[in-house]
Amino acid sequence: MKILAKWLALAILLCTTPAKAALDIVITEGVDAARPIAVMPFVWQGPGAAPQAIADVVMSDLIRSGTFKPLDELGLPQRNIGALAQFQANAWTSVGAEALVLGTVKPYGPDQYLVNFDLIDLVKAQNQALKGAVSPTEFLMDSRQTVISAAQFRQYGHRISDIVYEKLTGIRGAFLTRISYVVVNHTQKAPYQLMVADYDGVNEQMLLRSPEPLMSPTWSPDGRRLAYVSFENKKAEIFVQDLYTQVRTKVSSFPGINGAPAFSPDGKSLAVTLSKDGQPEIYVIDIATKAIKRITNHYAIDTEPSWYPDGKSLIFTSERGGRPQIYRVELNSGKVNRETFEGEWNLGGSIAPDGRSMIFVNRTNGKFNIARMDLNTRFMQVLTSTRLDESPSVAPNGTMVIYGTTHQGKQVLAAVSTDGRFKARLPVGQGEVKSPSWSPFL
Amino acid sequence: MDLNKLLKAMLVALPIMAISACSSTSESETDAMGSTNGSGSELNGGIQTGGVGGMLSAEEQQRQQLDDLRKQQIIYFDFDRSEVQTEFAAILEAHGTYLVEHPSVRVLIEGHADERGTPEYNIALGERRAKAVAKYLQGMGVQPSQMSVVSYGEEKPLDFSRTDEGFGKNRRAVLVY
Repeated sequence: MKILAKWLALAILLCTTPAKAALDIVITEGVDAARPIAVMPFVWQGPGAAPQAIADVVMSDLIRSGTFKPLDELGLPQRNIGALAQFQANAWTSVGAEALVLGTVKPYGPDQYLVNFDLIDLVKAQNQALKGAVSPTEFLMDSRQTVISAAQFRQYGHRISDIVYEKLTGIRGAFLTRISYVVVNHTQKAPYQLMVADYDGVNEQMLLRSPEPLMSPTWSPDGRRLAYVSFENKKAEIFVQDLYTQVRTKVSSFPGINGAPAFSPDGKSLAVTLSKDGQPEIYVIDIATKAIKRITNHYAIDTEPSWYPDGKSLIFTSERGGRPQIYRVELNSGKVNRETFEGEWNLGGSIAPDGRSMIFVNRTNGKFNIARMDLNTRFMQVLTSTRLDESPSVAPNGTMVIYGTTHQGKQVLAAVSTDGRFKARLPVGQGEVKSPSWSPFL
Repeated sequence: MDLNKLLKAMLVALPIMAISACSSTSESETDAMGSTNGSGSELNGGIQTGGVGGMLSAEEQQRQQLDDLRKQQIIYFDFDRSEVQTEFAAILEAHGTYLVEHPSVRVLIEGHADERGTPEYNIALGERRAKAVAKYLQGMGVQPSQMSVVSYGEEKPLDFSRTDEGFGKNRRAVLVY
């Protein structure tokens, strides 16, 4: 039954994900625990065939969130309805789902479409139907009307998903976000490519291609720029690239390591690792003035700086205790505290957007997996069971972590929910995929 | 599976071949009247030529050995370690001697790591390995200005198998002239 459910989920995805998607998600765990929801294909009210299926985007978003599992539309009691007015609560009393999404799309002008959607609280509707007093406005959770162009169908689908997700969970949806990552294809002359795609892998765009390694892409807080490391001049250098204008700025090119950039929450500085003074140490660079400030000073390796959301502290990986562990440094006082103690190694940490937990790579019994630690209780949970996990990056709403792992001898991206229940893999056809970074809300 | 076995067989066979190749060239070169090209003792239609040895002085023989050792440019490291192992002392000795005698020659020392751990940590580890090699050579009298160091971390593996053997091949420092 469990296997059947997984295959069903996979089948739904295969049907709904457009063929042009570069990254097709494979859910490996967590479908059973998801909450059932009904998503009705949006009714097309124009001539000929509908331009694009918005409901499919919503459906795959909800599956990928790990929180919801859409019911098979063939089993729904009403078909081909697009608005609350057509909804008959009495027909839905035996449907085991908490909500219903339905809507319509109709031509509105040249390259313009009017999209309506309604979100119905099925539990409330069922209760009212059983009592015999139905007042539809009471179970309408949300209702919106928007005009979009043909190119905006996917984007608006993600927007609907955001609304549905937030109404039902209380958490802001992260469906209108992007990811960046590095693709390496050793059969090509310039094997290293820096890519950006929608969070679901669709609309993949190449930002930079190089014969030498590209590393550590990371987003500016406004989602407009990426910082990354390039070896194009046969040494590590840090660049900041504007996604829209394609303008590249070299921010750091000191002797030795220039690595692990992380934008400050105000977007004005980069925390980086430099080895210009001997060992790798943490510095903060002002992007505009290029002024640098040294933060750590220790003969052991210090690297992988990541900001606290308040911008007043950094966490970083240090070997000062003999093995890599995560430490916190207060920028004003320079005071350093060790944060992790469990397991052999802990490294590559970042603080979740709510500031309450930390996500990092844990090594236990020689195995590298993604882990989460509650910063109050200090309880650590290993989230993944994949191989050689690295580079975790948390979604801006804190619900999901995207990371690099190894599957069947190849580097691929994978995702895990921050509660560890939902697990998915994002395989690609060619080359190795690594160093994912999730954008802020866009 | 067969490919895996073949790889493993090659892992054992390659170093043996490398060792035998080295020893045979140095022998053939000494046999061949001090010819540094070493083309003297080829087999032609089953006929093997012989030569008179002993034309090389002790210093010249030592030089020959150093030149051969210098063809080995990779030093391997243990997991998460950056100390130069004693088994690679002879190779570094050869490079160090050459660099001391040729102060205008520059060498780039690349540091690499295996794919375990994070890419950023591995960059730091790779640099420490490359610097350990540089320090070793400096101890022999090589000028710091002759050496530069770059770490590629886990970004340029030699072996993509992600097995323990593959990891071992990737934890390395490479001397590039």
